[in-house]
Amino acid sequence: MLKINHIAKTFNRGLITEKTALVDVDLQLNPGDFATVIGGNGAGKSTMLNAVAGVFSVDKGSIVIDGIDVTHLPEFKRAKYLGRVFQDPMTGTAATMNIEENMALAMRRGERRGLRWGISNMEREMYREQLHTLGLGLEDRMASKVGLLSGGQRQALTLLMAALRTPKLLLLDEHTAALDPKTAAKVLELSDRIIREQKLTALMITHNMQDAIDLGNRLIMMHEGRIVVDVAGEDKKKLTRADLLNLFERAAGQQLNSDKLLLS
Amino acid sequence: MEIFKLFNALPGAISQGLIWGLMAIGVYITYRILDVSDLTVDGSIATGGAVAAMLIISGWNVWAALLAAFVVGMLCGLVTGVFHTFCGIPAILSGILTQLALYSVNLRILGGKANVALSVNKYDLLVSSRNARTLSLENPILVLTLFAICLIAVLYWFFGTELGCSLRATGANRAMARAQGINTDKNIVLSLMLANGIVALAGGLLAQFQGFADVSMGRGAIVIGLAAVIIGEVVFSKIFTNFGFKLLAVCIGAIMYYIVIQIVLWMGLNTNDLKLLTALVVAVFLATPHWRAKFFARRHKEKGGAGRA
Repeated sequence: MLKINHIAKTFNRGLITEKTALVDVDLQLNPGDFATVIGGNGAGKSTMLNAVAGVFSVDKGSIVIDGIDVTHLPEFKRAKYLGRVFQDPMTGTAATMNIEENMALAMRRGERRGLRWGISNMEREMYREQLHTLGLGLEDRMASKVGLLSGGQRQALTLLMAALRTPKLLLLDEHTAALDPKTAAKVLELSDRIIREQKLTALMITHNMQDAIDLGNRLIMMHEGRIVVDVAGEDKKKLTRADLLNLFERAAGQQLNSDKLLLS
Repeated sequence: MEIFKLFNALPGAISQGLIWGLMAIGVYITYRILDVSDLTVDGSIATGGAVAAMLIISGWNVWAALLAAFVVGMLCGLVTGVFHTFCGIPAILSGILTQLALYSVNLRILGGKANVALSVNKYDLLVSSRNARTLSLENPILVLTLFAICLIAVLYWFFGTELGCSLRATGANRAMARAQGINTDKNIVLSLMLANGIVALAGGLLAQFQGFADVSMGRGAIVIGLAAVIIGEVVFSKIFTNFGFKLLAVCIGAIMYYIVIQIVLWMGLNTNDLKLLTALVVAVFLATPHWRAKFFARRHKEKGGAGRA
């Protein structure tokens, strides 16, 4: 479903701030794969996700989504194939627009936007049902501005919007990191449910090692711009924290010393 | 006796306010909906005035001339949009560049003269300050009110369409818009075109109303537009939540601005000091939310700190 062929990315080339974020990333996701991605700060997790989303173009390599080479497509054109949820709950929705207007925008992802009315009554009913499944009572607040919602509510809404038109690939970029633990757990459970129910192919970055182990059928660990661990299937099911640390040490040839990774 | 002077001047002030209200709707589109401060308007309002005046003088129908002003205004917005999106120049600077360029362009349009007379005696104009106090169908207040209502209705419809919604999303959150497959660059250009088209249209009306087109008639237009937007919001934000009414509030804001101006002039303010006064008033209004946030943020922090301690 997703094929990342040896991509590399260096930011600010030639400047004093030059930073090589991706050295050589090669990854293939099969349809229905739900891969969790972990790694320390600066390992290149978000860069990889943003490269897939088309936030910037890569220096080398190619990106293919469901047989379509998107390497040179701008971000807004790739959006047709992607559902995205961001780390910052403010990023995924338009604060000054209603809940239903936000959903109507997501409903038209990848379609031509013409002079038809922006939202139909039939859609409204469908949105109401969808919002009901979140169990947050948002179905009764469809005319409220999204800016009035809490971070968790906004993230849940973004998730719903990302899956409204079944994406070929769902990209979750540490989407629970900015939430309090209880809300984070809820949003995570919701993500897992949506991915399983709709049989989505998904790539989820997390800072939480346990979440990475518990969720999905595949685990990817990144280090210094490369994928150093890739566990799938039965191995992934049996995986423990200790295994993971061992794997990392062997692959990266050094002790895992990212506090953030160890602490979480 | 003095107060009659003020009353006498009010119809003219209201008409002028209505014209600037139309212009301020253009500013609202960029400043509020798109979240960009577009300084092109200082130039494009004069361009609209110049185009309309020259075409009417050369025998064009008033409506055709206004339509031409609208189209030329859109071209002005296109230039700023291309500077900003395709050339990567910051929005505010793009507007300044276009505005500066337009000064020369406007002189060209006016045939090398700084101003051109457009007398209501010689031409069949839509609005004229001469009719401001007459009770007839030609009264500019009536004509301009109808004009404003039509414009607001069209914009209300437009911003409710799929395309209009995508413009609003572009203004609200660029990253979100792109993630939903919206071409934000295209939308920024489109919004700037629409806004400047409306501003130039207002310029065409203004030239008719005042009886001449002047190359510097747009000086400080952005500030007057902002004043109208802000006054409208301060006065009506609690009452008007519907988009159409928000645009109406902008129009009323412009009228209030011109009435206040008329009052301070009546009270003896030197006309030369008007722009200074306007700038100061707008500066204070623009600063208010910042000050309020600062003040509330501090109080909030104190409270939060105590809670954590």
